[in-house]
Amino acid sequence: MAETTRKIRVLIAKPGLDGHDVGAKILCRALMDAGMEVIYGGLRQAPAAIARTARDEAVDVLGLSILSGAHLPLCRKVAAELAAVGRADLVWLVGGNIPRRDHAALRELGVKGIFPTGSAFDEVVAFIRAEVRP
Amino acid sequence: MTSPLARRVLSGERNAVARAIRLLDDREPAGAEVLRELWSAAAGARVVGVTGPPGAGKSTLVDCLIEAFRARGERVGVAAVDPSSPFTGGAILGDRIRMQRHAADDGVFIRSLATRGHLGGLSASTLDVLAVLAAAGFRTLILETVGVGQDEVEVNRVADSVLLVVAPGAGDAVQTLKAGVMEIAHVFAVNKADQPGADQVARDIEQLLAYREHGPGRADPGAAAGWIPPVVSSVAVEGRGIPELLEALDRHAGWLRSSGEERRRHRERARVAIVEQLRGRLDDALDARLPGRLDEAAARVADGASDPHAEAEALWAELSS
Repeated sequence: MAETTRKIRVLIAKPGLDGHDVGAKILCRALMDAGMEVIYGGLRQAPAAIARTARDEAVDVLGLSILSGAHLPLCRKVAAELAAVGRADLVWLVGGNIPRRDHAALRELGVKGIFPTGSAFDEVVAFIRAEVRP
Repeated sequence: MTSPLARRVLSGERNAVARAIRLLDDREPAGAEVLRELWSAAAGARVVGVTGPPGAGKSTLVDCLIEAFRARGERVGVAAVDPSSPFTGGAILGDRIRMQRHAADDGVFIRSLATRGHLGGLSASTLDVLAVLAAAGFRTLILETVGVGQDEVEVNRVADSVLLVVAPGAGDAVQTLKAGVMEIAHVFAVNKADQPGADQVARDIEQLLAYREHGPGRADPGAAAGWIPPVVSSVAVEGRGIPELLEALDRHAGWLRSSGEERRRHRERARVAIVEQLRGRLDDALDARLPGRLDEAAARVADGASDPHAEAEALWAELSS
């Protein structure tokens, strides 16, 4: 068999009710420009649907964009659903309006990287490259 | 049976299905081992190819077809292909966003694929991915190609039936499709049929088909005669025309069986799979046995010191000696 054609696969999704996905879409583009395969899951996704999509698409990375302020309850549900589908191993990132005081609680749930609004896309790319084995 | 992963795929475990597909898509050696144990279980699944220009509504139509097949109790696997960037190798895979309502359904497995440099509208792994899905019990398979222009016709070799989706308002939609994809469709969907110009598009297609039936030979001379592609109008976002589309696809499936064409197409598909592997072997052999020689030859050809035919001849002679 020829040499592997492995790519980093990323699912970007927006759980909950906020309807602003410009940032998420630009992030998709930045990750693509960095050579990654990005599945965009769309707006208003249920935590169960996000976890099932992550499993079926065999992604290395899950990135959630949450602007609604409901990141703690949403991430609690996503964490439970990821465990239920056997994908607690993936590299989980959260971006959006995430106040500093909530970071520890998110990390406790298994979130690896937190990128508050205003983070540079390069930071996200570098983080993913460092976390996902080549 | 030795591979635990293959066993888990055969029992329909979704995590295993996802992982096996990943191995094959990444061309990991372990993928080939797993596939070997799945191939016989994959035989006999139905593959419906959905192709057409960008923006015609392929993904939305696929979403409707999933629902229609599910209503009959069929388990549905979907492979949706999007293009990789030729510059960065990255890709945005956005087809499944139109199908997310099926994300919670255990009877549906949707997988997004990037072309990863493969030409023809599919990924090199497409056939393998479909085989994994079939072996896992998803016996009705839908293959959505990248948005095609004129020449991405590989779907015709992988699918049993090819559905070509066109929409009005895309300029000379039919004109641009005249050659190539136009000739491989078994069923036409004129989608967005509520928009102006849809009737004209349908008429244009029917005219071209009539010309083809009576004109100088069909596109695929090996194909059995006797199938005239139906043209179905649809408005996928409203679910209109979907029963008619399903009926047309079923009729084609019946015709494939009764005409013997199914057997021929399945052999053609197997042939493509073998040749695909042989091409991979050729790349490997060049790398392993004549390292660096391809680059040297490429430099000579680029400088005008030699030509591609002569260099290929020389490399082949060495490889086969």
